[in-house]
Parts: sequence; C-alpha cells; structure tokens
Amino acid sequence: MDTAVPTQPVLVDVSACRQAYHKDASADLVVLDDVNLTLREGEIVALLGRSGSGKSTLLRIVSGLLKPTSGAVTWRGAPVTGPTEGVAMVFQSFALFPWLTVQENVELGLEARGVPKSKREELSEQAIDMIGLGGFENAYPKELSGGMRQRVGLARALVVHPDLLLMDEPFSALDVLTAETLRTDLIDLWVDGKLPVKSVLMVTHNIEEAVLMCDRILVFSSNPGRVASELVVPFAHPRNRLDPAFRQMVDDIYALMTRRPAPEHKVAAAAAVSPLAMPLHRVGTNIMAGLMETLAGEPYNGRADLPALAGALQYEVDDLLPLGETLQMLGFALLEEGDITLADTGRRFVEADVDERKSLFTEAIRQHVPLVKMIRQVLDERWNHRASAVRFRDELEDHMSPEYAEDTLRTVIGWGRYAELFSYDEEAEQFSLEDIE
Amino acid sequence: MRANAIPSMAASWRLPNIWDAVAFVCVIGALIAFGHVAKGTLVPIDAPGATEISLDPANLPSYALRTTLRMFAALAASLLFTFTYGTAAAKSRRAALVLVPVLDVLQSVPILGFLTFTVVFFMSLFPGKVLGLELAAIFAIFTSQAWNMAFSMYQSLRTVPADLQECATSFQLTGWQKFWRLEVPFAMPGLVWNTMMSMSGGWFFVVASEAVTVGDNNWKLPGIGSYVAVALEQSDIVAVFWAIMAMLLVILAYDQLLFRPLVAWSAEFRFETTAGATASDPWMLRLIRRTRILKMIGDAIGDAAVWFGGLPIAFQRKPSAQQAQPSRIVDAIYGVILAALVLLALRKAYDLASETLSWHDVGEASLLGLFTMVRVAVLMVVASLIWVPIGVWFGLRPVWARRAQPVAQFLAAFPANLLFPPFVLTIVYFHLSPDIWLTPLMVLGTQWYILFNVIAGAAAYPGDLQEVAKNFRIGGWLWWRTVIIPGIFPYYVTGAITASGGSWNAAIVAEVASWGDTKLHAHGLGAYIADATDKGDLPHVVLGVVVMSLFVVLFNRLLWRPMYAYAQRRFTLA
Repeated sequence: MDTAVPTQPVLVDVSACRQAYHKDASADLVVLDDVNLTLREGEIVALLGRSGSGKSTLLRIVSGLLKPTSGAVTWRGAPVTGPTEGVAMVFQSFALFPWLTVQENVELGLEARGVPKSKREELSEQAIDMIGLGGFENAYPKELSGGMRQRVGLARALVVHPDLLLMDEPFSALDVLTAETLRTDLIDLWVDGKLPVKSVLMVTHNIEEAVLMCDRILVFSSNPGRVASELVVPFAHPRNRLDPAFRQMVDDIYALMTRRPAPEHKVAAAAAVSPLAMPLHRVGTNIMAGLMETLAGEPYNGRADLPALAGALQYEVDDLLPLGETLQMLGFALLEEGDITLADTGRRFVEADVDERKSLFTEAIRQHVPLVKMIRQVLDERWNHRASAVRFRDELEDHMSPEYAEDTLRTVIGWGRYAELFSYDEEAEQFSLEDIE
Repeated sequence: MRANAIPSMAASWRLPNIWDAVAFVCVIGALIAFGHVAKGTLVPIDAPGATEISLDPANLPSYALRTTLRMFAALAASLLFTFTYGTAAAKSRRAALVLVPVLDVLQSVPILGFLTFTVVFFMSLFPGKVLGLELAAIFAIFTSQAWNMAFSMYQSLRTVPADLQECATSFQLTGWQKFWRLEVPFAMPGLVWNTMMSMSGGWFFVVASEAVTVGDNNWKLPGIGSYVAVALEQSDIVAVFWAIMAMLLVILAYDQLLFRPLVAWSAEFRFETTAGATASDPWMLRLIRRTRILKMIGDAIGDAAVWFGGLPIAFQRKPSAQQAQPSRIVDAIYGVILAALVLLALRKAYDLASETLSWHDVGEASLLGLFTMVRVAVLMVVASLIWVPIGVWFGLRPVWARRAQPVAQFLAAFPANLLFPPFVLTIVYFHLSPDIWLTPLMVLGTQWYILFNVIAGAAAYPGDLQEVAKNFRIGGWLWWRTVIIPGIFPYYVTGAITASGGSWNAAIVAEVASWGDTKLHAHGLGAYIADATDKGDLPHVVLGVVVMSLFVVLFNRLLWRPMYAYAQRRFTLA
C-alpha cells in the first residue's frame, strides 16, 4: 500500500483522551491515560495490547458509544457527542439478534436510517453476496457456524457503507482456520477496493494478525492504558507470514510488549507505593509448573523465543504474557527482548518433588508478593488466627478496579492454599490458619 | 459492604455472643408460641373465644402467628407430597402415565371453589373440634402449593445428569441413599424457588380459607384472614389497614428470615453456574453461619440429615446390570384397572349431573366463563401494556433492577385479597359498575409476576446487542419491535402464564365483594362458583369448577403453551 497516507483527510482525531472510573472517595481508576490517535482515510490501523489495556474502551470512545472522562474526540472535524453515523462496528461475540434472519440482521442498520424496503433489499443483497453469505439469507444465526456468523456481523456493518469500520477482536472467538479465511477474504476485498469503507480500526491481541492486516499498529501498555509505541507496517499485500522480515517484525513487537516500563513511569508509580498496588494475573500453580517443565525440557533447554513458544503451545500473546510475567515476578524466569529464560529457582523447581516444590513456591510468594506476606502476618498476629477477606478486598479496590481486585484475591487464595500458608473458607469469606501446621 | 458490617464483626468472636442471646430468646419465644397455638387447635369449636375474632389490633400478632403456622403446616404437607408424588411420577413409567397429566389438571382447578365441602369433610373427621377447621384451611393452602413443587421435583429428577447417575450406581448407593445424596440436592435450587412461589400463592388462600360459611354456620379461625372478614362485615377500614400492616410485616419477616437464606443456600447445589447469580449472602444466612449456637444447631440438623440420607435402605435388591424388560402382562392388568377407574368416575359424574343439572346450566356456566375469560384477557393486555415498559426501564438499569426486583417479588407474595376493601369502598362510594370495576381486583396480586419476570429478562439482556442497537442508532418503535421485545419475550411469557392462571383463581373471590351490608356482584364464572358455594349447592359448584378448569386448560394449551414453545425456539439467546 502507499505510505503517503498523511495527505488523506482525517476521519477521527482523539487527543489527550483519558478514561477513568471513579470509585467512592479513593483515587480514580485510570483505564486510558493521555491517548492520542489520528485516523485518516485509506488505512487499516490496529490497536494492539493485552486485555485490560483499554483498547476496547478506546474503540467505544471512537464510535461514540462511550464518552471519555476528558479529552477531545472529533469526527471529520466535528466533536463527537453520541453514536456517529459514519461508523459501524463488528463485535467479538458477533452480537447478532437471534430472532432475526441473516437478511433481517443485515438490513437492521438500514431500517434504522429509514431506507425504503426495495432499496434495503438491494443493498443487503450486495453486502451478503460480497461477504460470501449468498444462499443463507433465510437462516437464523443459531443455524450458522461461528465463521458464518461473523460474516453476518461484517455484512451488517458494511451494508450501511460506513466511512469507518470498527472491529473489536473480530476473529478471536473463531478457530484458527476459520479466522485465517476471514482475514484474507477481508484483506482481498480491501486491496481490490471493493470494501465500501474508507478506513478500518481494529482491536486485537494477536500480534501476527495485526502485522498481517494493518498499515499501522498502536501498541498499548496496560494499567493504565497508554500508547507505548506506534509502528508502520511497510509490507505490501498479500503478506507472507513466513517472510523473514514479517517474522522479524512479529519478534520485535513481542520484545516491545515484554519490555519493562520505562524508568520515568516507574518513578511515577513509586509515588503511590503500597504493598497492595500490585494486580496479579489469574495464573494457577499447575500452569506455571507446566510452563517451567516445558521450558526446561527439549527443545528449549531453558530458553525460548516467545512467538515460537506461543505457536507451539497454541497460545495467544494474551495467554502467554501474563504467565511469563508471573513467573518473572516470582523469580522463576526472566523475560527479555521477546525471549523467556528459566532462572535457577525455576530449574530447581522443575527438578524438585512435590514437597520441595511447595517450599520453593512458598519462599517465592512470601518474598515477592506483599499481599501474601501481609495476610499471613495479620493471621499470625490475631489471637484466633482469622481474618475477613472483605477487608483485603476493600484495600485492593483502593488501588485497582473491582475486577482486578477480585482476580488478585482469587490468585492469592489459590497460591496460599497450594503453599499451605493459610486456608480460606469460601462461605464465611475468611482467611485462617486452620489445618496449617 | 456496609450492610454486612455486623455479621462480619460477629465472625471474629468464638465465644457465645450477643447474637447467641438474641437467637436463644427467639427460639424460646417460637417454642412457646407454637405450643400456645397447638393447644388452641384442640379446643372444642363452641368454646368461648375459639372462633371469635376481636378487631383489637393487640390481637393481631397472635392472629398473624396462627396464620403463618397454618402456612408452614401446609408447606410440610406439600413437601411430603412433592417427595412422594414427584418421585413416583419420575421413577415409574406406569405411574407417570397417570400422575403427570393428573398433576397438570390439578394445577388448573380452582380449589377455592371446593372450600365449603372440604370443611364439611374435615369437620366430620374431628367433630366439634377446632382441629377440623384448621385442617380444612391447611388443606386449602396445600392445594395451592403442592402442584408446582411436585412438578419441579419431577422435572429435576428427569434431568439428573447421566454421569452422576452412573457414579452413584458404581458406588452401589441404595435407592434411598441415591435419592438423598444425588437426586434431592440436584432438585434443590428448583424446589426452593418453587417453594417460594408456592408460599406467595398460599397467602392468598390462607386469607380466603380462614372464614368459612357452611349453611347457616359461620366459623372464623383466629387469623389475619378472619380478622379482615370481620372488619369487612363491620365496615371498619382502620382494622383493614392494621391487618395489611401486620401482613406486610409477616411477609417481610419470613422472606428475610427464611427464603433469602434458603435461596442463597440452595445456589450451592446449582449444577451449572449461570452468570449473574452471585448475589451476596443475605444477612440471615451470614448470621446462621457465624453465630456459634445457630451454627451448632445448623450443623446438628445437617449431621442428622446426612445420617438420615445415608441409611442403607434399599427398596429393591442390588441394581442389576441389565434392565429387566417391562412385563406386558402387568402392563395389561394396569391398563384394565385404569380403564375401570375412569368408567367409575364417569358414572359418578353422570349421576351427580343428571339429578340436578340441565344443559341450560352448562350453557349458563359456559357463557359466564366467557365473560370471565374476556376479563382475564383484557387484564393481561392492560397489565402488559403497563408493566412491560416499566419492567424494561428498570431491567436495563442494573442499579434500579437490583432495587426493584425484590420489591416486585414482595408485592407478588402479598395476599391481594387484603387490598380488596379499599377498592370495594371506592366502587361503593362512586356507584361504579361492578362488572367493570371489580375486574382489576383479579389482577391486583398477579400482575407483579409480569413485572418481575420482565425486569429479570431485561436485566439479562446482552450488553453487546444493546451496543449494536446504539451503534446503528436504532430507536423508537423499531427498537421495541426488533431489539427488546423478542429478547424479553420468553421471560414475559413465563410471567404472563403465572399471572393469568392466578387471575382465574382470583375471580372466585374478586367477582363478588361486600362492604358491610352492600354486596357487589359482577357477572362471571367466579361469581357463579362463589354464589353456589354460599348456598351449599354441590352440583353447581362442581359444574362451575369443571367449566373453569376447562377454560384454564384450554387457555394454557391453545395460547400459552404454543407461545412459550415458540419463544423458547425462536427467541432464546445462545
């Protein structure tokens, strides 16, 4: 594609956008912080990031479904105040109305605009044929496979000839082969100029998908969501996944996403330092042990390239990175430049038996997870060795969103039980030292 | 979290605490009250005060207690019925052939019409004792509770997952053990929910069945229902108000003390976790779990239940690997017996009908049935037009849905017949036509089922579909037609079925109303049954009840069932 895009007219401009959820009197929970985005006609742009990096939130802000806490959003120069007419959206969950046929679903957007029936039928037939749904007009969504359902979702969005097509992880609910077919079909239509849209903005956590389809990639960092870097993909369509330059770019993005936050951010974060301001991923002990064993064995022998590992394990970046980061946080492994390396403790863990593994793990979480240390300390101090989980959850929620707090607490409960540091009574929501020697 | 502050403080005390003291006093109080009531039931019916009602509000607590105890006696009977009838229907192919359709018909029969005759029957069992009247009232409540509970049990037993069945068999659990270890726990969430619904329906009947007229005798069991009946006779609106307040408190109490904890507790038995069902524990359950003495009592009950369910009682020898072929001879004998019973029943019905009833009576009852049907249909339309938009509004706003849902459920539980007097008073005062203005009373108690089901449906409406609607800027009538109504339709139909069935039943008490000496009388099948009951005219009561049952069954079969099936087929998400 030509890279002279900057001469094209601007569709969307987002500047200094910030989205925060206000929780009681405590500090705001910042989902998006100081995000800038300019989208011009004629480009496909990816918002790439992990879950929780606010990329879907940004998509909804662009579409006008959500109003940002602060910052300006303009559509063709005019401020966005509600759902924008020139924007159509494709959903990860397809979001088809189960009581409408394929044709009725596709016509819905036209009906809302008051397009007369004959014109609706003509347009919907065009869209249905273009997207490869011909013959399925009278089927109900539940009769279709996932791939066919997402084609309906695409046809429904395209039939209104939107200037901007928004796609929220459109292929992540599909199996690998189906997703690939849909991606190439869409790109073919785009390259041939048959897609009745001016621009596409898509959210994804699949690095290869972003490199395969897009002209520009905005990589998001998490918590709060920021644009960590912006990359231009220089390859012409059709792109070849096996091309060394393509592989190199994927590797580079992996490296970018595993890079530790820049020092300036760290200083800023340290200002609000609290042992509880550390969200944990919901990573269980079995999967950690499994990854360490895999890394220790052939062919990795303690060191693996993340994209290759993800491919071999059929994991997406969203599955693998939290796992790797957790291992790194606990001192079992090291993430660097898109590689993961097993540390000494990790190697010892792999070679240990059940009891030794437990004591290594206990050591690791006591040392690296302040929340674990704090819970145990409170339990030791109390004369009845009991403590309500509600209290810890409330404190966590002062530093993170309720969902993160819940995940973090769940993770700590699982880890603490495995390490036999404390036990937990789900019904009473209490930590205790019962059955712990 | 603020609301949970007290119980979580209680959690850290292990010695008997203030809550133990509170619990202790409550238990003692309940025992004394229970003994008091039990003594009252054995009193001769003519003893002074046995069936006298005083309008002094100071008596209301004891009246409320007796009404409540009747409810729970009936509930115990209903549970027994559920465990036997529901199980028999699910386990025996031959029994199911009869039991299931019978249950289906029983659900539609307005038992209220038979009240007089059940009273006579139970009085003859215990001549001259209050106990006979008590049993008659309890039976009336039982008939309003038992059917849907038994149905729920039957349906749960039919759907116990095969892998769990196989697991139970491979551990060689006896039939008894399997029943208590697997089948009852599996049926528990549905059963608790249906029990709650039954309780709501039961209040209506307990209030209606306490004051009974048989021929010249007019008996009033001490209770809130009788209190209201006397208040109506004496045109005492203040007393009616007191009764309504007392009932509100009673329902609030049993809802908070019993059903909230039960529903939360039964969620543990839920086989598959459905999203959104993770409400926080009600305070009473927390109290039970965290108060030492209550917890000990609870644990003791639990241990006893475990022992009871674990008894190695076997109804048949060890289950053999291959299923025995059903015997054709036994099938044939069974068929002959059934046929004989049906013929006998037909003969009895013919005898009764041929003596006193003519085709003219049948025609009259059917015509009046049509009137009542028009009323029910109009009410359903009006109630839907009012409550569907309101329910959608609440349901789509999670904060409001959480607040409105319990209120709607509470209103559905409130016996609407207690609210009749103010309406009647208004009709009398403005000289309105009873044929039109008595009609709303039929739906007074049942409209809430529509509301809370619609709220539930709208609250469960998927967020992504809402976003689609916004993204494509779908609004106005198009939004109602294509976006929201199909989405809530299955929920709406569930609510409407309950509401319509309840309205038919309510017709018997709503089409005739009185205030002091003024009698209001609407034309309809409900009034027909009520009049015949007053006169002690059994054949006409039977005719009225049969015609009404037929209407209800046809209404269900021809309208609601197909609608429900269609909704399930077409409109369910996922």
